[in-house]
Amino acid sequence: MNEFLLIFRRDFKTKEAQPSPEEYQQHLQQWQNWFGSLAAQDKLARPLQRWDGQGKLVNSKGVTDGPFVEIKESIGGLIIIKAKDYDEATEIAQGCPVLNFGGNVEIRMGV
Amino acid sequence: MDHKELLPNLFRTEYQKIVSVLCSLFGIQHIEIAEDIVSDTFLTASETWAIKGIPENPSAWLYTVAKNKTKNYLKRNNVFETKIVTEIKHNTPLNNPEIDIDLSDQNIADSQLAMIFTVCNPCNSEEAQIALALNLLCGFGINEISDAFLSNREVIYKRINRAKEKLKEENIKIQHPNNAEIKDRIQTVLKTIYLLYSEGYYSISQNTTLRKDLCTEAMRLTFLLIQNESTNLPQTNALMALMCFHSSRFDARTGLNGEIILYEDQDQSLWNQELVDKGTYFLSQSSTGNTLSKYHLEAGIAYWHTIKKETTEKWKNILELYNNLIILEYSPIVALNRTYALSKVNGKEEAIKEAEKLNLTDNHFYYSLLGNLYSEIDAKKASQHFETAFGLAKTASDKNIISKNIKQLKLKTN
Repeated sequence: MNEFLLIFRRDFKTKEAQPSPEEYQQHLQQWQNWFGSLAAQDKLARPLQRWDGQGKLVNSKGVTDGPFVEIKESIGGLIIIKAKDYDEATEIAQGCPVLNFGGNVEIRMGV
Repeated sequence: MDHKELLPNLFRTEYQKIVSVLCSLFGIQHIEIAEDIVSDTFLTASETWAIKGIPENPSAWLYTVAKNKTKNYLKRNNVFETKIVTEIKHNTPLNNPEIDIDLSDQNIADSQLAMIFTVCNPCNSEEAQIALALNLLCGFGINEISDAFLSNREVIYKRINRAKEKLKEENIKIQHPNNAEIKDRIQTVLKTIYLLYSEGYYSISQNTTLRKDLCTEAMRLTFLLIQNESTNLPQTNALMALMCFHSSRFDARTGLNGEIILYEDQDQSLWNQELVDKGTYFLSQSSTGNTLSKYHLEAGIAYWHTIKKETTEKWKNILELYNNLIILEYSPIVALNRTYALSKVNGKEEAIKEAEKLNLTDNHFYYSLLGNLYSEIDAKKASQHFETAFGLAKTASDKNIISKNIKQLKLKTN
C-alpha cells in the first residue's frame, strides 16, 4: 500500500464558474459523502484537515496575500490517501466532487 | 424491606464509596486491607441487623462501623506503623495526630473520582480495566463479573489480581487528578466506561438483570464525572447522552426469551421517554466549547434513532453524522452502518456500489448488509449473501437473525 497526495484545484475567482447557493449546498454534501466513502474504505492516510482559502504567497519579490493570482485556479484542499498504485489513486480521484465544477486533482505518490 | 433485600442494595452503593475513601487514605499498596475492612463491615452488618433489626440510618451505621474497624486495624497492626503511616503522613497534615477517616459526601466524591482515574489507568489492558472497574468501582463480586464476561471465576479472579498487582508495581497514586492530568487521561476513562456500558448492552449473556446493572453502573460513573466540575466536560456529557438514548430502548430490544429484537420490529411503547428526555438534556449540555468527540457524533446518531418516524431529514442527518464519525476514526461496523444510512438517503443501487468497495469479507454483518440491500433488487444474490453471512456468524443470536432474514426473503419471492 502506498500513500498518495491528492491536491484539489478549481477556479474560485471567475464569477460565472461559481455554484449557486443551492448547488453549493449540494456540492458540500457531495464532498462530505466522498470523504465518508474514502474513510469507510479505510483509505484516508491522515486525519482530514481544513485549509484556509486565502493564504499567503511568498516569492523573491516579497509576500502577497493569496491565493496565487496569476492563474485562475487555486488550491481548494488536499488529502493523503492509501492506495495500491497510481491506477487505484486515479480511480479514486475520478470520483472527486471538484471535477463537477471544472476543477482538477493532482496526484503525487509518496516516495 | 428486610435486611436481606437491603444489604445487597447498600453493598452496591456503599461498598465502593468506603473502599474508595480507604484506598485513597492507605495508597494503592494496601488496597486489599481496604477491601477486607469493608467486606468485614458488611459481614458485621448482616449479623447484627439480623438480630437487632435495621438501624435508622443504615449508610451512616456502615460508615461508623467501617471507621471503627479501620482504627482498630491500624492500632493493632504492625503494617500500619511501618508502611501505612508514611503514606498517611503524605496525605494528612502532620499537626493532626488523629487519623481522620473522612466519610463526608465531598470526600467520598473526591475519593471516587481519584479511584476512577486509578482504575482506568492505561498500564492495564482494557479488559483488565473493565473487570477492575466492576470490582472496585461498582462493588461487583467475582461471580457476577464472570457471568457478565461469560468466563470462569478463576480467569476473572486472576485478571483482577494481576491488574491490582500492576497498579502496585507501577506505584500508581490514588489522588485527585489535576486539570492537566484530566485533559490527558479523560479519553481513557471515558473509553473504559463506554466499554463497560457496551459489555452490558451488547453482551451475549442471557442474564438481562445483570446486563442492565452494567449499563446502570456505567451511567452512574459517568454521572459522577459530570457532578465533578473538573471532569464535567462536553465529551462526558455527550457520552452520558449516548448512554441515555441507548438505554431508552433497553426493554424493547430483548424478547421474553432474551432474544434480540431489531430496531424496526421494536414495540415503541416500551421505549423509555424519560431517558430520551434526559439524553436530550445531556446532549444540549455537551454542545459547549469546540470539542467534537466521537461521543457527540454517536449521541447525535442515537438521538435520531429515538425518533421512529422515517423521514429524509432523519436519514440525511444520520448519514452526515456517520460520515463525520468514520472520518474521525475508522471502524468496520461504522463503515457498514454508514453505508446503510447512505442507502436510505441515496438509494440501494448507490449503496451496493459503496458496500462492495468496503471489502470486509470476513465480517458477517457485511454480507447481511449486502443481503439486505439486494433483497428487492436481486433475490438470488441477496440469498447468497445471507447464506455467506450465516456461515460466518458465530453466536446463536446472530445466526437466528440471519435465518429470519432468509425466511423472509423466501416468503417474498414465493
